[in-house]
Amino acid sequence: MQKRRVERIDKSKRPGSLPYIWKKISKNPGAMAGLILLCLFIVMSFVSPYFMKSYSEVDMRDRFATPSWEHPFGCDEIGRDIMSRVFYGARYTLSIGVGAVFLAATVGIFLGAIAGYSGGIVDSVLMRLMDILQSIPGLVSSIAVVTALGPGLINCIIAIGISYMPQFARLIRANILGIRGSEFIEAATIINCSTGRIIFKHLIPNSISPIIVQISLMIAQAGLTASTLSFLGLGVKEPMPEWGSMIAGARNYIRDFPHMVIIPGIFIMLTVLSLNLLGDAIRDALDPKLKD
Amino acid sequence: MLLYIIKRLLLIIPIILAVTIIIFTIMNFVPGDPATISMGGERITPEQLEVLRENMGLNKPFFERLSTYLYNVFFHLDFGVSYTTGSPVGPELLVRFWTTFRIAIAGIILTVLIGVPLGIRAAIRANTVEDRVSMFLTLLGYSMPPFWLALLLVLLFSLTLGWFPSYGSTSFMHYVLPTVCVAIGGIAGLARQTRSSMLEVIRSDYVTTAKSKGLTENKVVYGHALPNALIPIITVIGSQFGRLIGGVVVVESVFSIRGLSVYLLNGINTRDYPVVQGSLIVISFLFAVVMLIADMFYTYSDPRIKARYARIKKSGDKNAKAAG
Repeated sequence: MQKRRVERIDKSKRPGSLPYIWKKISKNPGAMAGLILLCLFIVMSFVSPYFMKSYSEVDMRDRFATPSWEHPFGCDEIGRDIMSRVFYGARYTLSIGVGAVFLAATVGIFLGAIAGYSGGIVDSVLMRLMDILQSIPGLVSSIAVVTALGPGLINCIIAIGISYMPQFARLIRANILGIRGSEFIEAATIINCSTGRIIFKHLIPNSISPIIVQISLMIAQAGLTASTLSFLGLGVKEPMPEWGSMIAGARNYIRDFPHMVIIPGIFIMLTVLSLNLLGDAIRDALDPKLKD
Repeated sequence: MLLYIIKRLLLIIPIILAVTIIIFTIMNFVPGDPATISMGGERITPEQLEVLRENMGLNKPFFERLSTYLYNVFFHLDFGVSYTTGSPVGPELLVRFWTTFRIAIAGIILTVLIGVPLGIRAAIRANTVEDRVSMFLTLLGYSMPPFWLALLLVLLFSLTLGWFPSYGSTSFMHYVLPTVCVAIGGIAGLARQTRSSMLEVIRSDYVTTAKSKGLTENKVVYGHALPNALIPIITVIGSQFGRLIGGVVVVESVFSIRGLSVYLLNGINTRDYPVVQGSLIVISFLFAVVMLIADMFYTYSDPRIKARYARIKKSGDKNAKAAG
């Protein structure tokens, strides 16, 4: 009798499980709108090149064309269709955002877990290193790393990833310090589990939920930083249609052709907004304490 | 309290030292030979290049160069000589530091003055239309790229309405748009945090007690709820500063303000590495100073930290060691 009841418990009611998170998100209209918009951007980014003008096709007759039926978003200073450029460009902001945060999370979790589990001098050294990294403002340290590595998509991911790493390391370390003394870790030590196994099979999985929250909130910020770097000419460069670099190229014409600046910016904002809405919903689902 | 401030001030030194070492090391990996860069486009023989390298100290081992640089920076405020202009970097950095500092501080003040009351009001009116609208607007502000916002402000207030100048930094009017632009992201973040931490406090028993005593709403909010909600709020103010400094970098570039970040970006474009190094270090220093100020407020608003240091004053050396 008891056993059957356990089996019948709906998975989606167990807090923290994927079906539970999904159920929470699907009930939140803002998050759903964000999710749909993001999916739309991703699909358009990969499908649009097949039926729209190429993002790099130059047509001097269409220089500075304002929005019309033929070019719904107008054209830029050398007659490239802004709509196809903007659609194509979604991949950069999103891939840098996701890539940088996953890099930061992977390295951060690894270092934080080692620091939290081993304690002592290893902990002090690693954490002081993180302190130093955090004492340089995020964008500034990304600029420094990009200067050294040179601009480009991958370098951008590395640069932003490095600046976000300390937050993940701190978070996982604090969590591991909290559960390090628990009985199940003691039990694992007693049955002679290796250190690696304890860290990766027991400690990390049990302190992952705040990390997921952090990841979902950081992707939006990383996307924003990516477009900022490109705007400053340090990220993805022309002729690639990154939104930030499109705005940088258009800023000289803002007085007469504001559509060239406004439209890519709206797309950056919508992307970041969607990611933020989604992140907030995931946070609410995983951390009921924070919910208002 | 004083002891805490001194301790915190002393802590800046190792931080800046470490930051300097890291930045110097990163810059060491930058491709390109400084001697060739400093000659610009001029053609020189390999022998001349070798002499130049020797003069610039580039042939010395890494650690020797690092220690010379550290010694010069920390004891003489000498950040080296710019490759492109040939003038010393230090004095230029000092002038530009104040410009950037002004924008950052004005931005922080504006952030706190608007962000906190906005959050409090949203929390008091939780789940009303007003709350929802203001929270949506803050989310929008939080998602807006600062450089785009800066360009939109220029478009509206300088080019269309003509109220404020669109570039430069010579008068008060020049600082209005950059400050607003720098503050918006922080206002949004701070208002959201203030709201959620106020909401947490408003539900607690002592607020109910205060209300049932018949206190006015203002007294309940500002006398009972806010002081208890203040600690997470100040933590967020601190974390918004990092974002704000990033905003300053972008805003200076959009408004062509002769601050640190324009110097930094020019340095990067002309591969003028003493300039890049110097500006990065000074921006980090600015950040450290601003974080210090946030920390002071934090201590001031948290009686627990205050009490810990008050105790040291009374009893002797022994406790000081335990607490410090």
